[in-house]
Amino acid sequence: MSHDLLRFDDWTSPVPPVEREVLSRLVEGEDEHEHPPLLFVTGPGVGAWAFAEHWLAHTAGRGFPAHALTPREGGDLRAHVHDVVQTAASLPRQAVLIGHGVGALVVSRALGRYPARAAVLVAPAMDRWATFGAAIKTNPLGTLRGRPRLNRKQLFSASLPAEEADAYLARMTFAHRLAFPKQVPSPVGKPPVLVVGSPDDRVVPRKSLDRVAAHYGGAPLLFPGMGHALMLDAGWAEPIDATLDWLTKELTAAS
Amino acid sequence: MIIFRFWRTFCSLPPSPRIWQYRRVHDTPDIADRRDAVCVIGAGASGLATIKNLREHGFAVDCYERETSVGGAWNWRHDRSPVYANTHLISSRPLTEFPDFPMPDSWPDYPHHSQVLSYLERYAKHFGLGEHIWFGTEVVSAVPVGDGRWDVTTRSTGGGSSRVQRYAALIAANGHNWSPAKPDIPGDFRGTVIHSAQYKDPAQLRNRKVLVIGGGNTGCDIAVEAAQQATTVWHSTRRGYWYAPKYIFGRPADQVNDGLLKWRVPLKLRQWLYRRTLALTTGDLTRYGLPEPDHKPYESHPIVNSQLPYYLGHGRIKAVPDVARFAGGQVELADGRRIDPDLVITATGYAPRFEFLAPDLIDTEPDGRPDLHLHSFARKHPTLAVVGLLQPDAGLLPLAHWQSVAVARWLQLRREDPERAAAVQQKESARPIPSWSKRRVVASRRHWFEVDHLAYLKAMDELLREMEPAK
Ligand SMILES: Cc1cc2nc3c(=O)[nH]c(=O)nc-3n(C[C@H](O)[C@H](O)[C@H](O)COP(=O)(O)OP(=O)(O)OC[C@H]3O[C@@H](n4cnc5c(N)ncnc54)[C@H](O)[C@@H]3O)c2cc1C
Ligand SMILES: NC(=O)c1ccc[n+]([C@@H]2O[C@H](COP(=O)([O-])OP(=O)(O)OC[C@H]3O[C@@H](n4cnc5c(N)ncnc54)[C@H](OP(=O)(O)O)[C@@H]3O)[C@@H](O)[C@H]2O)c1
Repeated sequence: MSHDLLRFDDWTSPVPPVEREVLSRLVEGEDEHEHPPLLFVTGPGVGAWAFAEHWLAHTAGRGFPAHALTPREGGDLRAHVHDVVQTAASLPRQAVLIGHGVGALVVSRALGRYPARAAVLVAPAMDRWATFGAAIKTNPLGTLRGRPRLNRKQLFSASLPAEEADAYLARMTFAHRLAFPKQVPSPVGKPPVLVVGSPDDRVVPRKSLDRVAAHYGGAPLLFPGMGHALMLDAGWAEPIDATLDWLTKELTAAS
Repeated sequence: MIIFRFWRTFCSLPPSPRIWQYRRVHDTPDIADRRDAVCVIGAGASGLATIKNLREHGFAVDCYERETSVGGAWNWRHDRSPVYANTHLISSRPLTEFPDFPMPDSWPDYPHHSQVLSYLERYAKHFGLGEHIWFGTEVVSAVPVGDGRWDVTTRSTGGGSSRVQRYAALIAANGHNWSPAKPDIPGDFRGTVIHSAQYKDPAQLRNRKVLVIGGGNTGCDIAVEAAQQATTVWHSTRRGYWYAPKYIFGRPADQVNDGLLKWRVPLKLRQWLYRRTLALTTGDLTRYGLPEPDHKPYESHPIVNSQLPYYLGHGRIKAVPDVARFAGGQVELADGRRIDPDLVITATGYAPRFEFLAPDLIDTEPDGRPDLHLHSFARKHPTLAVVGLLQPDAGLLPLAHWQSVAVARWLQLRREDPERAAAVQQKESARPIPSWSKRRVVASRRHWFEVDHLAYLKAMDELLREMEPAK
């Protein structure tokens, strides 16, 4: 394993800074600092709004300050990782990183750069071919585009009303595929890592969830019946509650 | 080649049996046994990184800091802080920040010292380090008790009763830029002489005739500030230097330099490029009376100052040779000339100080220079290390970070797998010094801990790999 001590990219051509959009739901009052802050990260083309719909308020309601980052426009994997690490480091306390989809891929790389308190990879799109295979089965035309599009069936279950689903879809811009090296860095500071997903996700197949979870030495936490967009789909409360339960347990175990 | 002695002497010792420890405590009831906890001295940048990385490796940590807050040198409120009002970094932001906690990317290329302090304060808060630090507490002595453990005596700063506690390891992150090294200048002087450590505010220079002695970064910064404030400024240097600008080709100079290193441009060629770049930009400084450098580019700690040549060119700074002696109201120079400053600032650097350790524990040479493996590990004491005792040709924080990771990993390996620890010591004992400190530099106290940041980080990387937990 490389410890990545020589960082010529950062030393000789730092990532150009941008204004970053971060939406936050803070915890008021005394127990402000009782729990670590959570930083939610979507893939490019989505945005902080997707977490602001339900998960941010729900998380804050359970006592965890919650923040969501909108990925910059354009930008390669390195730039997105940079933005996540910059945002995490700007929070008052060591943060828990939670990435969804391609955002989970970004988080997995950020874990090599920032000692997160813990990390959660939700429906992580980290297996290029498995993801591609699953997507092409359900949505061949959308998948083969230069800027691959996801459709309603891939993102949501049938229980989410169609108008709601379409309204969400309309807000997604769909970005170019990110080029990424296969190597996943070992997380610095050895944080506990949880993989969350759905066996019925038509973007990230079950095998892929198993593989990513095994890489971090665990098994995925599964929510059958849900689509890829677990934070927006009907039943969004279950995965976030289970995640926060897991987190609470990990934090108590560590202290 | 230097033999890494301790690895041989100590690592073969079995881990000390607990029963024995208990008995010891019983024998000396006034010593509080902190068992597996590690003692860290100092809560500057190096100490903070050490606490964090030891905690990440599962160690309990007690850090003692004699001041009342974190930040060390960068905390200008501290009496011993060497920074002055206008100090800005000389290493640019990406080469200065901790590798796992970047400075905000909206900050300037060369942040102000108050920003560096706020960065260190945020680092401490972010990782919850404060609860492991005892402020206002000075370590006055640390004595090995024979089984790798240390009896550490602490005392409240400014007096008070002392306390002895026993620790499994001792890591000194006490800094080496706070104890002024003052020159011995013969003769009497009627004006004021201060060391640069006492220089804080440009108001001290206003309307004075100022002589600044020393061509390090401090001396050059103060000469420039004097050029903006004082009536007359002399800058005395005992040799010629390569004054590097902060920017070349529109980019921070250290970033451009690391670009050359990335492409493995050989030293000879880099030296040629350096000379050419300076010749084409600042030009020949001997026309202002400065001596020709007596060394090649890269053979001394980098001096980074774009404004010094500018004020030399404006005649606001007069370059003069070394000072021979004081003569009443005047100062006699090495060439026999006399000048009449009313304020002399000796910017002659700082000396390392380890008053809490017997000199032989860190193999201190007669001139006061500790001799440590990788400038960090005590050669005869496997549970004693120093973090931050380096002067790199880049920012210090990344190197101090990896040093502290290596120290934490070493202590962990020693505790969990003594056999592998023994293998590591064996291997390290054969590491030749030039592999991690290969730059040829002018022989001067200021270069005692000079390292090439790349060579040093490569050596750290190798050491970390050797200590990688078995899969
Ligand atoms: C003017 C100036 C400018 C600099 N500019 C740069 C730059 O641009 N880039 C860069 O990377 N570096 C720069 N440096 C180097 C600077 O020293 C380091 O960046 C950094 O501050 C070193 O941190 P440290 O923790 O090793 O030491 P320090 O910051 O000195 O901290 C040591 C701490 O240990 C405490 N301590 C010491 N002895 C004891 C004891 N016995 N008991 C309890 N506590 C104790 C001290 O109070 C202090 O808080 C500069 C230095 C100076 C003087
Ligand atoms: N802006 C910044 O970020 C900044 C500012 C200041 C300092 N720093 C850092 O802080 C550290 C200390 O710097 P510093 O400039 O205070 O000290 P320094 O680097 O040790 O420089 C001391 C200077 O004084 C000279 N000198 C020493 N003893 C002398 C004597 N007896 N008579 C005459 N001249 C003598 C030295 O000459 P020789 O070369 O002959 O030894 C050298 O020019 C360095 O790491 C430096 O880079 C950074």
